[in-house]
Amino acid sequence: MKEFGYQRVFDVSGALALLDADPDARFLGGGTNLVDLMKAGVERPARLVDVRELPLDRIEPTADGGLRIGATVTNSDLAAHPEVRRRYPALAQAVLAGASGQLRNMATVGGNLLQRTRCGYFTDVTRPCNKRTPGSGCPAVEGEHRNHAILGASGHCVAVHPSDMAVALTAFDAVVSYETTDGPGALPLSEFYLPVGGTPHLETALPQGALITGVTLPPAPIAAVSRYRKVRERASYAFAIGSVAAALDVRDGVIQDARLAFGAVASRPWRARSAERTLTGARADGETFAAAADAELAAAKPLPHNGYKVTLMRNLVVAVLTELSEEAAR
Amino acid sequence: MTTAPTAHKGSVGVARTRVEGRDKVTGAARYAAEVPFAGLAYGWLALSTVARGRIRSVETAGVLAMPGVLTVLHHGNAPRLDTGFVGFLGAPDPTCAVFQHDRVPHRGWPVALVVAETSEQAREAAEALVVHYEEEPHDIAFDGERSDAYPVDGHMPAVTAKGDLEAELAASAVVVDAEYTTPEEHHNPMEPHAATARWDGGRLEVVDSNQGATWVVSDLAQLFSLDPASVRVRSEHVGGGFGSKGVRAHQVAAVMAATALRRPVRVVMTRRQMFSLAGYRSPTVQRLRLGADAGGRLRALEHRALSLTSTVHEFIEPSAGAARVMYDADAHHTANRVVRLDVPTPTWMRAPGEAPGSFALESALDELAEKCGLDPIELRARNEPERGPVSGLPFSGRNLIACFREGARRFGWADRDPRPGLRREGRWLLGTGTAAASFPARARPSTATVTAEADGTFTVRISAADIGTGARTALTQVAADALEVGPERVRMRIGDSDFGPAMIAGGSMGTRSWAWAITAAADELRERLIPGAGIPPEGVTVRSDTTAAVAALTETERHSFGAQFAEVAVDVATGEVRVRRMLGIFAAGRIVNPLTARNQFVGGMIWGISMALHEEAVRDRASGGHYAADLAGYHVSAHADVPHVEADWIDDPDPDDPVGIKGIGEIGIVGAAAAVANAVWHATGVRHRSLPIRPDRVILAGTGEPHA
Repeated sequence: MKEFGYQRVFDVSGALALLDADPDARFLGGGTNLVDLMKAGVERPARLVDVRELPLDRIEPTADGGLRIGATVTNSDLAAHPEVRRRYPALAQAVLAGASGQLRNMATVGGNLLQRTRCGYFTDVTRPCNKRTPGSGCPAVEGEHRNHAILGASGHCVAVHPSDMAVALTAFDAVVSYETTDGPGALPLSEFYLPVGGTPHLETALPQGALITGVTLPPAPIAAVSRYRKVRERASYAFAIGSVAAALDVRDGVIQDARLAFGAVASRPWRARSAERTLTGARADGETFAAAADAELAAAKPLPHNGYKVTLMRNLVVAVLTELSEEAAR
Repeated sequence: MTTAPTAHKGSVGVARTRVEGRDKVTGAARYAAEVPFAGLAYGWLALSTVARGRIRSVETAGVLAMPGVLTVLHHGNAPRLDTGFVGFLGAPDPTCAVFQHDRVPHRGWPVALVVAETSEQAREAAEALVVHYEEEPHDIAFDGERSDAYPVDGHMPAVTAKGDLEAELAASAVVVDAEYTTPEEHHNPMEPHAATARWDGGRLEVVDSNQGATWVVSDLAQLFSLDPASVRVRSEHVGGGFGSKGVRAHQVAAVMAATALRRPVRVVMTRRQMFSLAGYRSPTVQRLRLGADAGGRLRALEHRALSLTSTVHEFIEPSAGAARVMYDADAHHTANRVVRLDVPTPTWMRAPGEAPGSFALESALDELAEKCGLDPIELRARNEPERGPVSGLPFSGRNLIACFREGARRFGWADRDPRPGLRREGRWLLGTGTAAASFPARARPSTATVTAEADGTFTVRISAADIGTGARTALTQVAADALEVGPERVRMRIGDSDFGPAMIAGGSMGTRSWAWAITAAADELRERLIPGAGIPPEGVTVRSDTTAAVAALTETERHSFGAQFAEVAVDVATGEVRVRRMLGIFAAGRIVNPLTARNQFVGGMIWGISMALHEEAVRDRASGGHYAADLAGYHVSAHADVPHVEADWIDDPDPDDPVGIKGIGEIGIVGAAAAVANAVWHATGVRHRSLPIRPDRVILAGTGEPHA
């Protein structure tokens, strides 16, 4: 494999300076995805800047009642944090639904947001892939795409985003903070991932050389009754074929507010706003839940071999919202 | 229950941890790619990126200038090999005869070996190597409609036929006619294939990971036109094989490079390369036609199985073979056919034939039981053959129904409501299923030496392979009893071709064949030793060869049998299938080591779960290669998929057999996938005839639509 440099940094400015000095450098978090991609030849960085020892490993309440999660917090610590479990249970469930215990001990929040798709064409350098090699083509459109996108894809790329955590964060309007050599910035997660369009290789709106420093969850009382359900092709240690993060606020049988996001259906975590609009103000019953799912999935454009995902997501939305409304009623 | 130890011989039948267990868990045990050598160079295979065509050129110049690169071997400069021989398992698969011509018969065909000072340098250079091809259109379309399929014998006759099939089907009260499919499956042993070759004092030594050291010696010697005595292969510890670890491209390439460079060369396959180079189980399309009278007695049985092979070698997955042992019928027709495609050659994989064949056959039996309104176990009891349905030979023992009875008792089968789709627990539909299993108990000649040492211990030398099965431990117990000493006085040395010819770890014949040879040598040694007399410093050594004894074995239908039970939960809304518990009861001869035997049975059953629900290698039509060929893309059951799995056995004596050990490596997987699939039907009312039973298949099938 290609030789590369490695440097561990202990402060943010040092990290930014190293990346600024070397356009072929990459930040290394837990390495659970980047190192795999280096072995596969998909990523060929000249230098790794290990940011895992940066002082960004805390989870703190914000003044307004939200939570700020540092970028180097591990998945394991995030899922185990009492305030996360109490205020945003779907987030803890989403993190625990991902990977394995060993991987969660290594993986970081910042890295999780930036992980790449597991599309088998993307990870195989002997195949064309518009995301890896712009303009080379997308064999998935007419090839293997059982676990590819049904929403928001383009003819240039039909890959899905692999993160579970990001689905829950999307449902709860998380905001990503970053630092650059020009100063700090922030991006709502809804704007963090770029639409695929004709540029699947451009995945996020992060400025060049930016370092994610943390994620802020705004206060969301609704999130206290929330849930993440993930369906995959085995019981554990596999990426989702469909997942739902949901929260419901139900009073007297009527939905006051709803949060819904889908995983494994699009190039990014998919905030189901059409479904949310259908839910809000409606009676919390199966009919409403199905109508909400249908409202969101009306835009689905399944490929020849992933049409089952439309049924799966509809069933999953109804199942999860039914469970939540029962929980909210207790 | 455990098999009772024989009188005054206390080792066999007693649970013992592995004799090398401590070495393995502490990392002291060295595997093939871990044995250090001075001056070691590293080879990295470059594989073709086209599925069919011709190599036009290999651009070596740039790569040879890269750091550390020592040489690039390819069809233009590699030594010629002799492939015109018949080896231990037939003619060699030309896939292992690397760099002999410019033809590319499948994607992932080895086109070059780059050798460098370090593994990283070799890899970087191999990945930078530019190979130009004249690409030709490829054909990888495997389906039941192939008109170019033809029958192939393999290790059994391709076709057997008796009786008038159509007449018996027409006269049957109940008929099942269904097609079943299984996907391409891969062995994926934990330890990748790895070999280090070096010349040492005029002898070629290969430190390797394989299932039979003398097998590898024999094939390498013939490929390189060497005297077999001048080749030595060692494979002390092997991290899994499952049929994939014979002679493959990496050993041959390593020998070529070690010869060219006159220094040790190591070649290790990556996981991804293993998908192309290590062999695999062919996908199958199987058609079953069963006809029975109203009481469930079979009048007609037809099992036609199709598998695929490469264009360079004929290998058949004989799925239709199981019916030749399991069930008789007035008209009984079985056929194994193959189609040649632009894909790598498949190979033996745990229970070749029986594993996919039993899925189809035992699913069809379950469908027949449903149609007849009979309990599936009762149906099988009514169809117990007196003699081999095809051979006409008597069974040396056939304890299938005893396995079912014991399994049914322990599983709680009597309480089962046979109607499907009735049991619900929250979002889960629950069901149970069962299936029969069998696997042949064969033996092959082996040699062994046993030495009585002056210090009162004994050293056994046999070219056996412990591929993770516990064979080393089992053989220690067998030797201890044969020598009538405690196992702590026995030193078991295996995995070295210098110990002489022996059976490979394969076909569930390893422990049976090796134990035979060890027992023969030990028996003779005990006769030679004079009680009270001292042992000379060099010890007393006896060598055995079971060739004549194996040949003299009476020909009978000698098999292990088993009954598999599974309980599953299915969420038809999400397509998730979870196995809740499994029970396997086996009649598999004398059980040498209950601990490692249980591990073998349970391991096979877990693979059955994996086969039923998860495993599937996907080929991309456009490129002819795999999609996501790694363990993230090729799912095997994870721990969370493997619930309470229990295996046990019943007494299965075989007084006419000199060994009594039947071999247990493969039967655990046989019938396991069918038991799971039958349970999914019982849970949901939907028959799933294509494996794996993926969520998308379950979702699309829904519920309550029989025979969707």
